[in-house]
Amino acid sequence: MVEREHKQRGTGERTEGETSEVAAIPASSDGSHRLKEELDDLLDEIDEVLESNAEEFVKNYIQKGGE
Amino acid sequence: MAVPKTLGIETEFGIVHRGVADPNPITASSLLINAYLSRRAEPGAGPGAPRVGWDFIDETPGVDARGFAHMSGLVPEIETHLVNAVLTNGARYYVDHAHPELSTPECADALSVVRYDRAAELILIESMEAANEILPEDQELVVYKNNSDGKGNSYGCHENYLMDRATPFWRIVQHATTHFVTRQIFTGAGKVGSEAPWKTLDEVPFQLTQRADFFEEEVGLETTLKRPIVNTRDEPHADPLLYRRLHVIVGDANLCEVATFLKVGTTAIVLAMVEDDFLDPRLTVVDPVRALQAVSWDTGLAEPLLLGDGRTATALDLQWELLEASQKYLLQRGTAAVGGVVAEQVVGRWESVLASLEARPEHLLGVVDWITKRHLLEGFRARHGLEPDDVRLAALDLQYHDLRPERSLFARLAAETLVDPRDARTAMDQPPDDTRAFFRGRCLQRWPGSVIAANWDSMVFEVGSESLRRVPMMEPTRGTREHVGTLIDECDTVVELLERLAT
Repeated sequence: MVEREHKQRGTGERTEGETSEVAAIPASSDGSHRLKEELDDLLDEIDEVLESNAEEFVKNYIQKGGE
Repeated sequence: MAVPKTLGIETEFGIVHRGVADPNPITASSLLINAYLSRRAEPGAGPGAPRVGWDFIDETPGVDARGFAHMSGLVPEIETHLVNAVLTNGARYYVDHAHPELSTPECADALSVVRYDRAAELILIESMEAANEILPEDQELVVYKNNSDGKGNSYGCHENYLMDRATPFWRIVQHATTHFVTRQIFTGAGKVGSEAPWKTLDEVPFQLTQRADFFEEEVGLETTLKRPIVNTRDEPHADPLLYRRLHVIVGDANLCEVATFLKVGTTAIVLAMVEDDFLDPRLTVVDPVRALQAVSWDTGLAEPLLLGDGRTATALDLQWELLEASQKYLLQRGTAAVGGVVAEQVVGRWESVLASLEARPEHLLGVVDWITKRHLLEGFRARHGLEPDDVRLAALDLQYHDLRPERSLFARLAAETLVDPRDARTAMDQPPDDTRAFFRGRCLQRWPGSVIAANWDSMVFEVGSESLRRVPMMEPTRGTREHVGTLIDECDTVVELLERLAT
């Protein structure tokens, strides 16, 4: 295995590295909070807006030619 | 030596024409883009999209960075007859094969790329609205920001980075490949199943990326067949003696802004390190095509990869190594070539995302697309007690990428944003200040009737009734607001502008 120098990391929080102290964009977000806490609400919404004929929708989604 | 990383993204969007028996994607894409251009050209619609065509004179997509003379069968066709427009924000909006495609203007840092990528989505959303106003009631155009139809057809989201011509191409291949194989752990947009013919849904029920299944070579010129991890198209759109443009075709289109930010931000820093020969030469992956797919297929992030010197490491291990090298690089060499203070934000966020991937991936909901999509799929599957092959899971996968605000699953998530939505809206019309896109966009705003054609590295103006003048723009960092903003404001006519530019 590659020698690891960051064993103290892995808390899911940003460590105070010398370069990352400056003007770092915050690591946590309201978005991820909402996503965790409100999965049930989101699933209600998905039930409402998901294509009603999933089989037909997936079958007809064909994208030929590109790049 | 590392040159300033001018960068941008070109995205091909999936398109569906509903309500017609035999849909033609080229017609649908043309209709979509023309509807937008027409709406923006209406009186009072603001400075959005004068009808200025793309100029193909300098396009040479068949030239190979390894120095080969190309064979005619490999050269991508340029479809000059299809709609192809330049927007006042400096972007190019066109029909590419069977897709609508939007190339962002040249940007000077990763945050600017996110802003123009968001603006691109808004342009596509407005295009759908404009097209659907024209179409009969029972028809609709729908656009998807993804890279696969789930049936073996893929379309790209390509990145472009300005690089020093003096950097040996083999060194780019060696080190950029290590990053491309391993960055998938935060750039992946997620996909149900695999389109590799030999992989079953039992083996790969869900994978990190949309694209990895489609890559067959380490290096090559192709983009549609035998796709290579490192694409050798040598078309710098800048002074060819000073620069090359690395055309990266291996990435996914992201909806999470943080994912786009890290995708281009980390890659810009890695490429600067390659130019300055800063990376440990042992940091290479054996059999990168197999490794690319193995990383994408392993949502546990535990797949051991064989390295060139016989060691093994996971993609996460290698990303930690690249991050640590980047931190040292920025301390020793500064940030001037890689976006200034934005590069420090990139490295800070890179570190926190790797830490979360290692210990708490649930912190990355709304930050990393594959984790976000998997969360929705797992919740939906548990709620309805679905089998892994239930078609509703494939439908959810597609609809995550639906750009219609009322249908997009991603849009319902309140994902983290880095760009103020008002700034993204402004970026639909306004070019970035800090690259040559400023000159292109401002000239289109000021003198739409006098610009005959434009492309990345020149513009053609009409002066007088019969005379045309081409203005070369071979230096991507010139033509900024700082250079020419006042000059353009002070000139009343194109003739005056050209006279003053010549002095």
